[in-house]
Amino acid sequence: MAALNPRHAWAPTRGAPTGALGSQGDEQMLYFVEQCLNGVQLGMLLFLLAAGLTLIFGIMDLVNLAHGSLYMLGAYFAATFAAVTGSFVLGALLALLATAASGMVLEVIAIRPLYGRPHLDHVLGTFGLILFFNDLVRRIWGPDGMTLSLPSEMLRAFQILPGVYYPLYRLVIILVTLAVAALLYLLVMRTRLGMLIRAGASNREMVGALGINIKLLYTLVFGLGASLAGFAGLMQAPILTVQIGMGENILILAFVVIVIGGIGSIRGAFVAALIVGLLDTLGRAFLPDLLRAVLSTDAALTLAPALSSMSIYMLMATVLVIRPEGLFPAASR
Amino acid sequence: MKTAREDSGKTGFASRLGARTALTATMLALLALVPLYAAVTGDPFALTLFTRIVIMAIAAVSLDLIMGYGGMVSFGHAAYLGIGGYAVGILWKEGIVSGFVQWPAAIAISALLALVVGALSLRTRGVYFIMITLAFAQMIYYVAQGLDRYGGDDGLTIGQRSSFAGLIDLNNNTLFYYICFAALIGSIYLVSRIVNSRFGLVIQGARSNERRMRAIGFPVFRYRLVCFVIAGALCGFAGALLANHTNFISPAIMFWTRSGDLMVIVILGGLGTPFGPVIGAVVYLILEEALSRVTEYSGLFLGPALLLVAIYLRGGIAGLFRRNAP
Amino acid sequence: MRVLIKSWLLGTTALALLTAAADAPATAQQKTIKIGFISTFSGPAAAIGKDMRNSFELGLDQVGRKLGGMPVEVIYEDDQIKPDVGVQKTKKLIESDHVDFIVGYIWSNVAVASLKPLVDSKTITVITNAGASEIAGPMCSPYVFSTSWQNDQTPAAIGTYMNEKGVKTAFLMGPNYIAGKDMLHGVQSTFKGKIVGQELTRWPDQLDFSAELSKAREAKPDAIFAFYPGGAGIQFITQYAQSGLKGQIPLYTAFTIDDLSLPRLKDLAIGVPGAQNWVNDLPNDANKKFVADYKAKFHTSPSFYGADTYDAVALLDSAVTAVHGNLSDKEGMRKAMEKADIKSVRGDFKFGNNHIPIQSFYLQDAGKNADGSYALHTVSLIVKNDQDKYHTQCPMK
Repeated sequence: MAALNPRHAWAPTRGAPTGALGSQGDEQMLYFVEQCLNGVQLGMLLFLLAAGLTLIFGIMDLVNLAHGSLYMLGAYFAATFAAVTGSFVLGALLALLATAASGMVLEVIAIRPLYGRPHLDHVLGTFGLILFFNDLVRRIWGPDGMTLSLPSEMLRAFQILPGVYYPLYRLVIILVTLAVAALLYLLVMRTRLGMLIRAGASNREMVGALGINIKLLYTLVFGLGASLAGFAGLMQAPILTVQIGMGENILILAFVVIVIGGIGSIRGAFVAALIVGLLDTLGRAFLPDLLRAVLSTDAALTLAPALSSMSIYMLMATVLVIRPEGLFPAASR
Repeated sequence: MKTAREDSGKTGFASRLGARTALTATMLALLALVPLYAAVTGDPFALTLFTRIVIMAIAAVSLDLIMGYGGMVSFGHAAYLGIGGYAVGILWKEGIVSGFVQWPAAIAISALLALVVGALSLRTRGVYFIMITLAFAQMIYYVAQGLDRYGGDDGLTIGQRSSFAGLIDLNNNTLFYYICFAALIGSIYLVSRIVNSRFGLVIQGARSNERRMRAIGFPVFRYRLVCFVIAGALCGFAGALLANHTNFISPAIMFWTRSGDLMVIVILGGLGTPFGPVIGAVVYLILEEALSRVTEYSGLFLGPALLLVAIYLRGGIAGLFRRNAP
Repeated sequence: MRVLIKSWLLGTTALALLTAAADAPATAQQKTIKIGFISTFSGPAAAIGKDMRNSFELGLDQVGRKLGGMPVEVIYEDDQIKPDVGVQKTKKLIESDHVDFIVGYIWSNVAVASLKPLVDSKTITVITNAGASEIAGPMCSPYVFSTSWQNDQTPAAIGTYMNEKGVKTAFLMGPNYIAGKDMLHGVQSTFKGKIVGQELTRWPDQLDFSAELSKAREAKPDAIFAFYPGGAGIQFITQYAQSGLKGQIPLYTAFTIDDLSLPRLKDLAIGVPGAQNWVNDLPNDANKKFVADYKAKFHTSPSFYGADTYDAVALLDSAVTAVHGNLSDKEGMRKAMEKADIKSVRGDFKFGNNHIPIQSFYLQDAGKNADGSYALHTVSLIVKNDQDKYHTQCPMK
């Protein structure tokens, strides 16, 4: 990381902080580190979503717009089970099982007929599923949304470096999702199921011809994708939200991630998710001040969030124009 | 092997006896009678609802041109609705209320944007094309959100409809409806002519076998780009109509789920058919409205309905009534 | 299968058309007063809509479901926090349901977007929450009344309070839509100290405030001001606590902690004061009755959203009574309403020329009761009979 120049553009435009905790440059560095961690945390959540999406797209060639609904289900299940059992961890585990089960049931009933069809049929069908799940959740859980509370030990900041405080729970998110990523890697690289998954991604017919139960494989893969999505949903629930339609905003980011990373590639999803997470967070953090140097405060305030949102799509468009297969095309996995 | 001409299936106004023509004719007749219905029952809301349906149908027709016939799946088509709408809104805000300026501006700016987006996107294929059109649409959405002067995310209330120097008064809702209806018929005719011309046959041929078209010597990229621009311009026109209809424009109209709505309408009605988009718009939007009056949970019915159509109806609703249905 | 789907499609479309036809308004007979009610009944803000609806229904029940002696029918519509949906629903209520009055509007952007159809149709409207400056100023209309406030007023009260507390530097945060910007301007209109930073966050989808909270921490202000209504308020307060800022830098709010979010925030809300035009322990009779009846019926406390909506019943009642049920006498109803001759739950108030209440603002804070439940209580009166500063931009009288 380039060393931060304390006389950088944004430093003078901000009011001088009261109280002394080292020079302004040091504080900028600490702030930057904190934002990077936030970016990584967002990236890890995106990875969970993108991994499932890229698996399903890569192996079953299915465009699944309803992936965000599974994300939402994970959050709702977790909030419900945590309230019932009184334990966050137990609630989370039950929610994972419930989401995986829901995913597999969904696959058998609604997704199977769509395999092999043109992508547009997938779009139509899974779009319908989004509508269905939004209203189903509203019917079962009501329109209010839910809260998933953390145990109070988690509600504090952890000092990871002198003077740098970071919410403990967000650290937990980063570490846990890294662990999941590692497990996923092991699964895909070192197990028989993983081998079948990789084989299925490169040559579907051959795997079928070898006598493998393709139907079961697909169901399992879909279930795996659903659990990953549900896990992302429940992990972010305590700090963000459990509400209807929560999948729609993040789904689009997940698609961007898999396109940048390369469809079918989990490694690509990991790298791209980190890039997107960092870009989005750092953009939101630093763009407003950059803009304030050139524009009026009001204009900068409104333009900055817009620009930082745009930056991700500009990145994707650039990748598509220069290297459409993505950063880590599945073939070279 | 069929020639390109037979392959693409010549469509158009050449009358075809059968259920499909009857259905289409009935539907158009009913649409034409909406103002009468509204006047008789004293329910101006029917007119409001159907004006919106007709405008959406125009947007769907434009999408059908590139998606249904051309095989270019644009997941960012709603952006042009927004561009057209904002052209009207911004010009009004800056004091230019004449429709003679606003409407051509809406069409021109949409065409220009489609040119830029198309030039960059059409170099990609398949799902990548889908994603890149989506990316551009989201970028335009965020630009609109950042336009503080024009309301940003809150949107812009457009004080008055486009004025045409006293020749036509758009405030007369019945007149406005018929203008939109005429525009719809005109759009269908336009698309039909395009699709049945040599240009259109190249586009359709390129959808089924691009390499062959190139081998024959057609500059496929250029043809597609022109097609894309026409579709964008037509959708921009629909956007100008929409802004007039609602007296309001906001970035929300350009969010990716709205493009999804448009795609669903076209697919539902029947890809690559002249009246499919209209059927799709009517069915989808009426269903949405009617269901919301009957139940609080319309998604529980509409969702599976879309899924069933996707699974069982190849060719959408129009495909149901096709003579040589599979 | 195809035949089945064909018949299903034709059948459903026919049903749809029949339903639409059946909705054509009945002629003659009746004279039931129809009230259109626009709020949010889905998503994270649904709790607000529910509270407003409950309060309005309670108010109607208390007057025997009659306004000025005439029976009442209420049609509820959901704006989904979207201005374009809100406009559509407003138009539907006016054109299709032919309502006599419209009540509600949580969000300032939805209210502003819906203003044109309301004013064009001369429908008497009571806005019970939104407080856009445009509606208080240049876009004011004789047909539009507010039982809430103008958005600058409440944060201006906080600014005054921060001055009293000796706060010298402040960091401001809010969502990027009309009300958010109004709130931040409002604080700056009275706060005498220095603003060391402001942030507008993406609305309504951004619920992760970590970046902005980090900036606040880095700027080291004496205090932070935040405005995050509805569900976002819960997220903000939670993240404020999680980031370790609670206890380091005090937080002052407007419309961020209310009786709806308090049961979920619990201890996190204590020590985070906010300004409000109504607190549930205000000592006037109307309020005591309202709060007691609400608690008895719904087993929870009403919020300010409900309180201001409850007042709309009394206001409309005074209007219909004054014209003896002749709803076409809009002038008469307007004049009656301008008198604000009602027993409001916030205490008596008058309308300014722009139909925005001239009212007092209080500081409220959360506390824990002996039985373990949480409640908001009045800490002090910040400003009495405050009038919004946009009334001079309103061309009315």
